[in-house]
Amino acid sequence: MSTWALALFQRDLRLSVRVGGSALVGVLFFLAVVTVIPFGVGPDLNLLSRIGPAILWIGALLATLLGLDRLFQADRDDGTLDLMLMAGRPLELVVLIKCLAHWVATGLPLVVAAPLLAIFLNLEPAAMGAVTLTLLVGTPALTLIGAIGAALTVSLRRGGLLLAVLVVPLAIPVLIFGVSAADAAIHDPVPFLTPFLILCALSLIAAVIGPIASAAALRFESD
Amino acid sequence: MAFWDYANPTRFLKLVQVVLPWLTGLCVLASAAGLYMSFFIAPEDYQQGQTVRIMYIHVPAAWLSMMCYSIMAVSSLGTLVWKHPLADVSAKAAAPIGAAFTFMALVTGSLWGKPMWGTYWVWDARLTSVLVLLIMYLGLMTLWRTMEDPIKAGKAAAVLTLVGALNLPVIKFSVDWWNTLHQPASVMRMDGPTIHPDILWPLLVMAVAFTLLFFVLHLMAMRNEIMRRRVRTLRLRAASAAHPRSAVATAQPAE
Amino acid sequence: MDLGSHAGFIFASYGLCLLTVLGLIAWVRIDKANLEKALKDLAEQGVSRRRPQEGGR
Repeated sequence: MSTWALALFQRDLRLSVRVGGSALVGVLFFLAVVTVIPFGVGPDLNLLSRIGPAILWIGALLATLLGLDRLFQADRDDGTLDLMLMAGRPLELVVLIKCLAHWVATGLPLVVAAPLLAIFLNLEPAAMGAVTLTLLVGTPALTLIGAIGAALTVSLRRGGLLLAVLVVPLAIPVLIFGVSAADAAIHDPVPFLTPFLILCALSLIAAVIGPIASAAALRFESD
Repeated sequence: MAFWDYANPTRFLKLVQVVLPWLTGLCVLASAAGLYMSFFIAPEDYQQGQTVRIMYIHVPAAWLSMMCYSIMAVSSLGTLVWKHPLADVSAKAAAPIGAAFTFMALVTGSLWGKPMWGTYWVWDARLTSVLVLLIMYLGLMTLWRTMEDPIKAGKAAAVLTLVGALNLPVIKFSVDWWNTLHQPASVMRMDGPTIHPDILWPLLVMAVAFTLLFFVLHLMAMRNEIMRRRVRTLRLRAASAAHPRSAVATAQPAE
Repeated sequence: MDLGSHAGFIFASYGLCLLTVLGLIAWVRIDKANLEKALKDLAEQGVSRRRPQEGGR
């Protein structure tokens, strides 16, 4: 069992990193969003450091949404998805592995870039660590929830915008607890651990609901 | 089983034909009674004065925005689990009505908020959750519009509806959490333990009227949806009659 | 009756609700008229379901 899982993981990772893949565009977009926000709210460093975690989280959310529409679409276009459906492997697991590979290719770079971008936003070291940690725990949830939207819009030619609209309401809890945990580390109205553990729980829930719902959507789409 | 007898759209349409006039009559009566009671019988609130009258449409609209989503969730289960042929018709017909009631709840809420809170919008936990609900309704409607085949669209929307139904409590919980962190200064809360009967009765009558209105509209929209699918089937059949070789495959799954 | 100083808000909310409901009713009715017309046109063209005598009503 683990052999095909590993093979699928490596295939997806290789496809997204090579030329024509879109792994690093997400980080670039993240950088662009974070750069643009000070032009909107002004260069006041106190304000920026106060809303810094929120900026980083919203940037990560947008960057994740941007990369999601190709999650299943490329495989559907070249027929790989049909083969995966026919292969007799549990489709939920296939989706989970694809999400994992997608997260390693697009989500993990965001997490790695977050401390660098936090410098632009004048975050203290503690806050920097907290934001990075919450992003590390929270971005998988965004990918997994987004997979549902990607599976639902897989047959639409211009599904990217619709995907974002469908996924954003479902991603609100992740955003809330991610930003709360990061904020709690800086000026503590609540202990850091409470929202952080809820964020972990949300990721785990997404790891169950996301693959099941996406697999159901993909099956219905194909028959 | 009676539930399955009405799986046949034609039989369902006959039932609608019989039930609809009665339901419409009841709805008009209940609305008239509810409006009369809420304007002439219900007393003004000692704190909020006359603006409390907005409550008699605000609360029923909010309640229906929830009920409509529940009906859509049950219909989605019907689509995916029992494959009931009317389930996705019901879910699709309910979405615009639910969106309209949610919109009404938001508008009346903000018009009530202006005299009470001094601003049209506060990021109050309840208002925010309802706003999220509205976005979900609109997203579902868009998903339905973008997909050509009604069967596939119905299944996709059913998956999304159920995921949304699982997520709504989580969203509500997290918005409550978020709101206690950023509590706005002067939000008035309506959680008195007892409601005076003079207020309760108009509210209940209005709630009944709104519920009846929902069912009238829902049945009418379901009837339209069945007709729309018939038109689609017939058009495909006409097309396949005109070009018998090319359209055979697409004519099948339309109803 | 006297609705006090906030009468405008009360009438605005009732009026907007009424408009929304009327909009819904209009949507349903116009939709129905269009579909019935389409069904009639199709019947005139001779396209029918397997079992005739089962129109949209």
